[in-house]
Parts: sequence; C-alpha cells; structure tokens
Amino acid sequence: MEYFLELLLGGLTRGSIYALIALGYTMVYGIIELINFAHGEIYMIGAFTGLIVAGLLTMLGFPGASILAIALVCAIVWAAAYGYTIEKIAYKPLRGAPRLSPLISAIGMSIFLQNYVMLSQTSDFLPFPELIPEFEFLKANNSIMSSSELVIVIVTILSCVGLSLFIKFTKLGKAMRATAQNRTMAMLVGINVDMVISATFIIGSSLAAVGGVLIASHVGQINYYIGFIAGIKAFTAAVLGGIGSIPGAMLGALVLGLTEAFATGYVSSDYEDVFAFCLLVLILIFRPAGIMGKEKTQKV
Amino acid sequence: MRIKLSLIVLCLAMVAMLAACGGEADKAEKKAEAPEPAGTIVLGVAGAHSGDLASYGLPTVNAAKLVVAKFNAAGGINGRQIEVVAQDDQCKPELATNAATKMVSDNVKIVLGHICSGATKAALPIYLDSEIVVISPSATNPPLTQSGDYVNFFRTIAPDDAQAALEVAFAKGLGLKNIAVIHDKGDYGKGFASFCKLFVENEAGMEVALFEGVTPGAVDYSAVVQKIKSSGADGVIFGGYHPEASKIVSSMRKKDIDIPFMSDDGVKDETFIKVAGKYAEGVYATGPMDFSGNPLFQEALAAHKKEFGTDPGPFFPEAYSAAIALLTAVQNAGSTDYAKVIEALHNNYVDTAVGKIKFDAKGDAEGVGFAIYQVQDGKYVEIK
Repeated sequence: MEYFLELLLGGLTRGSIYALIALGYTMVYGIIELINFAHGEIYMIGAFTGLIVAGLLTMLGFPGASILAIALVCAIVWAAAYGYTIEKIAYKPLRGAPRLSPLISAIGMSIFLQNYVMLSQTSDFLPFPELIPEFEFLKANNSIMSSSELVIVIVTILSCVGLSLFIKFTKLGKAMRATAQNRTMAMLVGINVDMVISATFIIGSSLAAVGGVLIASHVGQINYYIGFIAGIKAFTAAVLGGIGSIPGAMLGALVLGLTEAFATGYVSSDYEDVFAFCLLVLILIFRPAGIMGKEKTQKV
Repeated sequence: MRIKLSLIVLCLAMVAMLAACGGEADKAEKKAEAPEPAGTIVLGVAGAHSGDLASYGLPTVNAAKLVVAKFNAAGGINGRQIEVVAQDDQCKPELATNAATKMVSDNVKIVLGHICSGATKAALPIYLDSEIVVISPSATNPPLTQSGDYVNFFRTIAPDDAQAALEVAFAKGLGLKNIAVIHDKGDYGKGFASFCKLFVENEAGMEVALFEGVTPGAVDYSAVVQKIKSSGADGVIFGGYHPEASKIVSSMRKKDIDIPFMSDDGVKDETFIKVAGKYAEGVYATGPMDFSGNPLFQEALAAHKKEFGTDPGPFFPEAYSAAIALLTAVQNAGSTDYAKVIEALHNNYVDTAVGKIKFDAKGDAEGVGFAIYQVQDGKYVEIK
C-alpha cells in the first residue's frame, strides 16, 4: 500500500511538471491554433535565467527564500520577453499564411534557441542549486514526498485554477476567448487581437519560466536540451487532455504522469513510454479531440 | 563489314588488356618471390588507415614506427633490423581479410592490429592458418580471446566485459547480496548492465533484484527509485552516463535510500561530481587504470610529439605497448618462430606504457584494464 502511495505521489509530481509546461502549449493553441514548438525552449531559458540569477544572488549573500523569489521573478520577466519577441518575429508575419508555415517557423525557432543557449552558455550539464527550502513537517516523510515535489504540485494546481478564473472573469480573458472563437469577428467588435495574442504568449511563457525554475531546482541539473524532451511530453499531455482546453491540459498531464509512474512501478521502466503513448493512441481513437476537447464542427 | 572490323578491334583490345593484367600479376609474383632483405624482421600493422575510422587506426601506425625506431636504434633484434609494413582495412571485415592475405603473401610473421573488433574477427582465421601472431591494441569484443579459438591472438586492452566483471567482484567484496541493475537503454550502458547481470547471476549467493532500463533525459526518476527501494536491493549498479546517474543518485539520497551506488566509465567524469554535488559522495565508479605517471608512457608521448608534432590519438598507449610486447617476445624467442613467440608472450613480463604486463592463457593482458574509484570529498580516488 505504501508502495502504491509512493508511486501515486511520484506520478502526481511528474504530471504536475508536465502540466506546468502543457498549460502554455494549450493556451497558444487555443488562441491561434499553432503548436508552439519553441515553448519547451522558453522553459529551458527560464531555468537558465533562474540559475544565473540564483548564482549571482548567492554570491552576494542573499538569504535562501529571497533567492528563490527573485530568481523566479527574473526568470518570468526574461522568459516573457522571449515569448513576446518570438511571437513578433516568427509567428506574426505568418499569421495569414497556410498553417504549416508557422509550424515550421516554430520548429526553426526551437532549434535556433537550443543552439543559441548551447553556444552562449555551455553544452555541458550544469548543477542547479536546491532553491526550494526543506519543510520541517515533511522531513519525517521524505521518502514519500519531498518539499520540492509538494511545491511543484501546489504551484501547478494554483496556476491552473488561477488561469481558468482569469480567462473566465477578466476582460482580457474574455477577449482571449473571443479571439479563440473567431478572430475576424473579435476584431470587428473592437478587440485588439495583436495585443491579446501577445498577452497569451507572455502568460504562457511566464508559466513555463516558473516551471523551469521549480523543476530544475527539483531535478538538480540543467542543460540546453532539457526543453526538448520536457516539451515533447508536455505536448503529448496537452493533446491527451484536449489541446486548447486548460483543465484538459492539467488532466492530460496528470493522466500521463500517473500512467508512466505506474507502468514503471508495476511493469518495467523499459516500457514507460510504450504505455504512455499506447494510452495516447487509445484516447485519441475514442475521443479524437482529447479527454476534455470539444468536437469542433468544420467551418465551411 | 564495319561491325566485323569493330568486333576484331574489340577482341584485340581485350587480348591486350589481358596481357597487361598478366604482366601485372607476373610482377606481383616476382615481388613476392623476391627474397626478404636478409636479416629484416617485418612488423605488419593492420587497421583503419583511411575512411571514417582512420583516426582510430593511424595512431597505431605511429606507435609502431616509434617503437621500431627505438628497437632499431638499439641495434635491432639480435642484430636484425625491423621494418614496418602497413595494410589498410578501413575497419571493414571484407577489407580486413584482404589485408590479412597480403600479410601472408608478404611473409609477415608478426602483426600489430587490427583496430576494430569486427575486422579483427574476420582476419583472425587467415592468420591462424598461416601461423601469424596477432596483437590488437583496441579490439575489445570479449569472445575474440575468451572463445579460445585463436591461440595466436593477444590484446593490450581490456575486453568489454572486464569492467562489469570487476564491478561485480567489487560488489561481492562489499558484501552485497541483492543488486538492482539499472541502465540507460543505450548500447554502452545496456551492454555493461547485461554483463553485470550475467556475472551477478553466476555468482553464488548473489541475486539480481531488478534489471531495468530508464529513459535518458526524463524529467525525474522517482518511480524507478521507489522500485529499487521496494525490491529490497542492497546495492545499485548503473550502466550509462553521468546525467542519468546523477539524477538517480540524487533522487535516491533525497528519499533516504543509502545503499551503495556503483557505476561505470561513463560516470567516472568530473561533471558527475559537479552536477550531483553532495549526493555524489561515496559513489563508486570503474574507470581505466591511470597510467599517465608511467615513465614509458611519458617517453612515448614525448617521442610522438617530437616525431609528429602533435598529441597522439586514441589507442596510442595500447598500441605502443602492444608493439613493445610483441617485439620483446620476438627478442626472447630468438626468432619469429610461431610457437616460441606465443610462449614468450604468455610467460614473460614486459614493461610497457600501460604498465608491466604479460598475457594470460586466453591472450588477454594481465595488469591492464580497470580500477575502482570512489568519490571522496568531491574527487575520484582510486581504491583497493
């Protein structure tokens, strides 16, 4: 039973990690129907920014908790700037183009950013400091859940709930939903679509940056390539849950994380990916739009 | 009429070509029949000297030249000078057999090579039939020696499974009984882990608690770590590279699993210590023995720099040592007599760049190979 619980919590953590990244994918897709392959790289850049800032602050002798806070803020600002710029450079000029063009532009951006970080930083693995402090009440149960795992799960749930509320109740959220439904119509009623899309990229990138810092602190190492693998898994999670839907991304990520954890725990980690992707295929056979995705009638 | 004429011309041309070929063949035969310059011993060097893998083969040629120059400068072997003859196999088995056949027809009695295991395997039967002694600096495929098929084959590099054998013997020495063997599904890691699994199973009183592959680059390994814990393993052997090793070991230590963690050459890297930080303490890793302090190695290095102006490439120390071992054996045997040279290789210790070695009954060098290192105070320290 304890083993089951450990696997459950491990899977939950892994799912939350995927979810933090998947939220950005799903938001962008919901608005402009583009799979932003560079999103994983934004996550990686967020983690690198966190590392650099944390290193600097540690040298200057800041206390532990403030390092985490400042590193997070810097990572968010920096990553958001990247997200905004990428949209302006790589996607906006292609807004009227066939759907494949921005997709290829996204893949190009992803490759460019990976190599840029590799050349400007390093191709080696770097140690990432443990920024999340250990909580006293968890020390006894360290084997079940560590403080970093707890923080990741809580932050993910808060982000997901916060984002849902934001989209439901704020003016910008309403504008986002309108843009997602029909961009031309939204423009006609006076919504600044360019601004809405930029805001979407900024929010998505900020979430990725938070994820980058927290996850790197949990895992303890980063290099220029971490965004790619995490991005692929997060993308899978977003598709699983129904791309475009925010609760769907969360649910899809949790389902994926738990499947992987239980597949490893009860079968073999050799087949971890096999189970994860079999699940994806099965769900897409029975619900082609994903678990929470809405069947869209083809526009004529 | 015209067609007939052209046919005749064609036939003539073909005859002429045949004649030309015959001429070539005659010449080649004459060359082979020509008696060896009196008193010279020919050291054949076979390996990849062109193609993709040339960088693995050419350092061996340089090593052979340097060693031969050293022996010649000291008056040769029993007064006979030594000559190097190189044959290229590009690490391809089909070209390796050609190279071997040429060695046979050139009346070479001792060969340094080949470089790649596949090429070596293809060439060995030819050498065996013609009673030629072969010593490789780099062919690590275990059955080449362990099958016992080739009494004429020796090597100065440890076979692929030597690392695993050492690891399991060391685990046994630590008193471990139930070992979790984890790998990264890659050629190197999985190969190493499979050998470890085999050796653990063959060892009385030791068991494999778990044999699993993890996906390299995955965000975390907590599930597999929980599995290690619930399997009741008292030690972990990991086959793979340092990024996964540091993630697994950090995750284990964070979950208060304090059993020994042992790994391979891919983890014996300073980056591992840098990345895993305090969690790296106490981790064991096998790695090649350190022979950088060996005076003969330093001499070889200096000679290479002087002669070729660059640092030597891969397998240079092994090749340098193999050439010394082979020529010393000829010296001890008094001639290039097949049986005597083999006997000398088996029986006499010789000082080489990789240490003092002799060859065991199967042809593997004793005293060459791997050592166990442990992370102590942020550094790899050789133990035992």
